[in-house]
Amino acid sequence: MRQINVALVGNPNTGKTSVFNALTGLNQKVGNYPGITVEKKEGVAKISRTLKAHILDLPGTYSLNASSLDENVVVELLLNKNDKDYPDVVVVVSDIENLKRNLLVFTQLKDLGLPCVLVINMADRMDRKGISIDIPKLEERLKTKVALVSARKNTGFDQLKELIANYKQLSTEPCCDASVIDKKYFHELKDTFPNQNIYKLWLIISQDVNFGNLNRKDVQTKKEQGLKTKTPSEIKRLQQKEIIVRYTFINDTLKLTLTKDINAAKGLRASLDRILMHRVWGYVIFAFILLLIFQVIYEWSAIPMDFIDESFASLSEWMKSTLPNGQFTRLITEGIIPGIGGIVIFIPQIAFLFLFISILEESGYMSRVVFLTDRIMKKFGLSGKSIVPLVSGTACAIPAVMASRNIENWKERLITILVIPFTTCSARLPVYLIIIALVIPDETFLGVFNYQGLVLLLLYFLGFGMAVFSAWLLHKVMKTSRKTYFVIEMPNYKVPIPKNVLITVVDKTKSFVFGAGKIILAISIVLWVLASYGPNEKFSQAEDFVKQEVKAENLEISQEELDTKIASYKLRHSFIGYMGKGIEPVVQPLGYDWKIGIAVISSFAAREVFVGTLATIYSVGSEDEDTIKNRMSKEVNPVIGGKMFNLASGISLLLFYAFAMQCMSTLAVVKRETNTWKWPMLQLVVMTGFAYIVSLIAYQLLK
Amino acid sequence: MKSIADLKRGQKATIVDISAETIPLKLLEMGCLPGNEVEVIKMAQIKDPLYLNINDTHLAIRKETAKAVLVKILED
Repeated sequence: MRQINVALVGNPNTGKTSVFNALTGLNQKVGNYPGITVEKKEGVAKISRTLKAHILDLPGTYSLNASSLDENVVVELLLNKNDKDYPDVVVVVSDIENLKRNLLVFTQLKDLGLPCVLVINMADRMDRKGISIDIPKLEERLKTKVALVSARKNTGFDQLKELIANYKQLSTEPCCDASVIDKKYFHELKDTFPNQNIYKLWLIISQDVNFGNLNRKDVQTKKEQGLKTKTPSEIKRLQQKEIIVRYTFINDTLKLTLTKDINAAKGLRASLDRILMHRVWGYVIFAFILLLIFQVIYEWSAIPMDFIDESFASLSEWMKSTLPNGQFTRLITEGIIPGIGGIVIFIPQIAFLFLFISILEESGYMSRVVFLTDRIMKKFGLSGKSIVPLVSGTACAIPAVMASRNIENWKERLITILVIPFTTCSARLPVYLIIIALVIPDETFLGVFNYQGLVLLLLYFLGFGMAVFSAWLLHKVMKTSRKTYFVIEMPNYKVPIPKNVLITVVDKTKSFVFGAGKIILAISIVLWVLASYGPNEKFSQAEDFVKQEVKAENLEISQEELDTKIASYKLRHSFIGYMGKGIEPVVQPLGYDWKIGIAVISSFAAREVFVGTLATIYSVGSEDEDTIKNRMSKEVNPVIGGKMFNLASGISLLLFYAFAMQCMSTLAVVKRETNTWKWPMLQLVVMTGFAYIVSLIAYQLLK
Repeated sequence: MKSIADLKRGQKATIVDISAETIPLKLLEMGCLPGNEVEVIKMAQIKDPLYLNINDTHLAIRKETAKAVLVKILED
């Protein structure tokens, strides 16, 4: 079967991703463009009986004038014929209500001589919005073929596939001549590079992008041979002129082809805006939505999480009784199964959180939140746009740092990136949940609010407050000469398409399980090995040593007590035991013993490893297969007696996890996004140091 | 000369001129061009940010950007 390359281009919020999902179904994968962190979505669709298409969903862009990394990707691909993804045909996705603005990038693509199909999405809304279009006339003016589709109703895709299949019949002529902005200059360009597309030359000159086979340097060298150079401000003026020329063409075209009954237009947007963006109620509603999300995540996830916890414990026990006794069985039942359990247990919470985030984004509400919060965020050196990364940071800092890319202003973007790790990510959640369950009473307050739920909410506020406070500090300290600006589209309200929401939830959960999960499992196994072997005979002959000790002290103890003594003796003399004792002096002032110390250290690979580590440490040598929580509550403080996990050490741990920078993956992403190790190192040192001091104070006050 | 920042809620105006150096290209791409109509739909406290309808595109900008877009008021 033949395969062609199709690229989807279009403005943000036009349903480009819905069209992509409709074409590819679940036959898609999400990765990154090499070397940068822009998300690359691609999939395969069957176009006809003899034709398949590799479909690339390019980042949303308003034009080919790149002003962000995301937009650079689009321009770079479309200018580089040698790229393996260079499209045979471009599908420009627009929507019925914003056709005018969507056509800007369309006319630019046509100037590049690319065969284009114009998709007009949300066609099912035409009647309700009182819009009618003269399609043949529009096709004639734009020199293209138009497909009216509805991703929501799943209509029009057969026609779109047919147009893609017949891509060779599409016109490659421009529809709007941009060279009128400076006829003389464009003429000179043409004379100097007779074999090149003239608009491509103009894009290369006017952008800050490097292009494979024809780079800026070539153009500049040629310029020295007689071609006049344009200053940056001349270029900017010409770009503005170009936009005006294009819009004049688009306005004329739509006047001829589109009629709109104004009375039908307004309605839903205005009335929802009145409530959701109200000066008082807007904030109340937003706070209420956040509260609802956290209560739901806490309550709903508890059910599948308990189930997962118990299932893995019984699976482990069953394997132990079924498989022959030996090192390999122990590796499986004490290392691998608890390790996998430690990953799977997060799935409910991550899935629920992304369910809410994607609904908020898909519905158009997130932009309203940006509007409501910009004025407040600006004071702290952030932008209203920082709200989305900071809220996504509650799932995971990694996508959140990446999401900050749509903040155009560098200073605001850098500050957002630096403070994101303070927000409570889902990896902290299992640590919080288990500690809260151990040290905070499961009682209700005023009959409604659960104390445990309230403490969790408080931790979320603490993380967010710390993020905002440190943003303010950075804002005061950092100097910048770059200008700030802020432009955000306010899209129409839409009922989220369940398929899109589902795909987002599946994507994010998968990337967690296979991204972070790998590290967690590997660490679980390493930890098991470290806990199951020791450097000297005190480990291998633990039984003899303990028996001698018992004899020497003349103790009368049962077999069971003897076994426990042997187990803990072994653990103390394993590799991990020696490592733990090495760092004990450092963590003791915070109220931790060497076991917790090990768990804290291993959390630097990923915070959620904390629970898995304790599970491994405690289950090694211990016969009973209680769930980890019960095991932890039985742990006794070796120095002062009483429970190891009490209010003081619990709060100290919670605070340490709230503030410390403990995620290598986040550090790596920050390095990639800021292009220097300076900022991630600053995060590591400052956040962890601060966490240590706060936990120290808390423990010493509470103990 | 008045700018968008001088408009009241619900007021419509025609864009007359934009100061080229301070306006981001993105705003132009979204339709903020001389000759187009602009309406202030909503404004947050102290008019920052402003929620506008320009040329049928709904968008929000900050006050400092709004000051750089000069307009002629159409109706009160």
